[in-house]
Amino acid sequence: MTREERRGMRLEALKAAFPLTVPIALGFLFLGCSYGMLMGTKGFSFVWPMCMSAFIFAGSMEFVTVNLLLSAFNPVAAFLLALMVNARHLFYGLSMLGRFRGLGWKRLYLIFGMCDETFAINSATRIPEGVDRGWFYLWVTVLNQAYWVTGATLGGVIGSNLPFDTDGLEFVLTALFLVIFLDQWLGAGTGRRGRVSAVVGVLASLACLVAFGPDDFMIPSLIAMIVLFVLLRPRLDDLHEGDTGDAAATAGDGDEEKETTR
Amino acid sequence: MTMTMIQGVITVAVVAAGTMLTRFLPFLVFPESKQPPRIIEYFGKVLPYAMTGLLVVYSLRNTPILTGSHGVPELIACLAIVALHLWRRSMLLSIAGGTIVYMLLVQLVF
Repeated sequence: MTREERRGMRLEALKAAFPLTVPIALGFLFLGCSYGMLMGTKGFSFVWPMCMSAFIFAGSMEFVTVNLLLSAFNPVAAFLLALMVNARHLFYGLSMLGRFRGLGWKRLYLIFGMCDETFAINSATRIPEGVDRGWFYLWVTVLNQAYWVTGATLGGVIGSNLPFDTDGLEFVLTALFLVIFLDQWLGAGTGRRGRVSAVVGVLASLACLVAFGPDDFMIPSLIAMIVLFVLLRPRLDDLHEGDTGDAAATAGDGDEEKETTR
Repeated sequence: MTMTMIQGVITVAVVAAGTMLTRFLPFLVFPESKQPPRIIEYFGKVLPYAMTGLLVVYSLRNTPILTGSHGVPELIACLAIVALHLWRRSMLLSIAGGTIVYMLLVQLVF
């Protein structure tokens, strides 16, 4: 491939990726900004939110870390808390094992930068024909992190409240997840298995939310999901060892089929 | 800040390390060179759908159901998003519409 062609390929991937990140830009600039301002009002220089947003890059954990920095020094507890708050990332990794295969150097950064929103876009989007998979994933990841770090740094520099009423703007990220959920649900390649999985995810986390409350429901939800998926495996996993992979069994998985043809 | 600068930097570093461990662990346990067990491939096919569902619930987890506005603005905004999305299937329109509806509701009505 010539240099020109490589540049064209990167540009195509950027054109496909950017529109999907626009709502995230709005949400991250706003939330990042409020996070930076929170740190500013607690007396931290903008360098703190800037570095934390770049290196931790997990929104909710960064808010938690502000409180850690304001209490007694306890690195072991901080480490364990980070593991617990971010345990859901384990499942993102399991979901993307196949899709990140063969992406070389990009893979390391894709894993490093896989926050909720980036995962949601990268796992749910059917990449258009002719667009390079690695570059598409990379652009989504880079753009989202750029929005977040910019927001956090700006907020740290401003260091006080915004001059206009932004009440409710944080809902943009809820809207993003809901729309991705709807897109997956309505997607042509989703099939029965995808919809059953979506229902399992919603019901397991709703039940745990009611049972454990908003601060402690994440880990129970993840455990409940895994248990349910193991129990449902005979009904959902239609490609057991020794199966000849008949057409009917794989018909429900448009994107996996696409993956294997790459 | 009650900590010294160094303690603060260490705290940020261990939080970053913990976060990265949760992101890298699956890829370290199941490296590219080896075919992962069948059940892991099965999880890889069902989890993306389930995790999006979990993220929807997660992002709405602090909605007050029994107090305040009883989650009415959230409910209306979510219904607006579903309606917009069924109508036009445009990601940006659905997200912008739902967010604007929500902001108007919490700023002007509730």
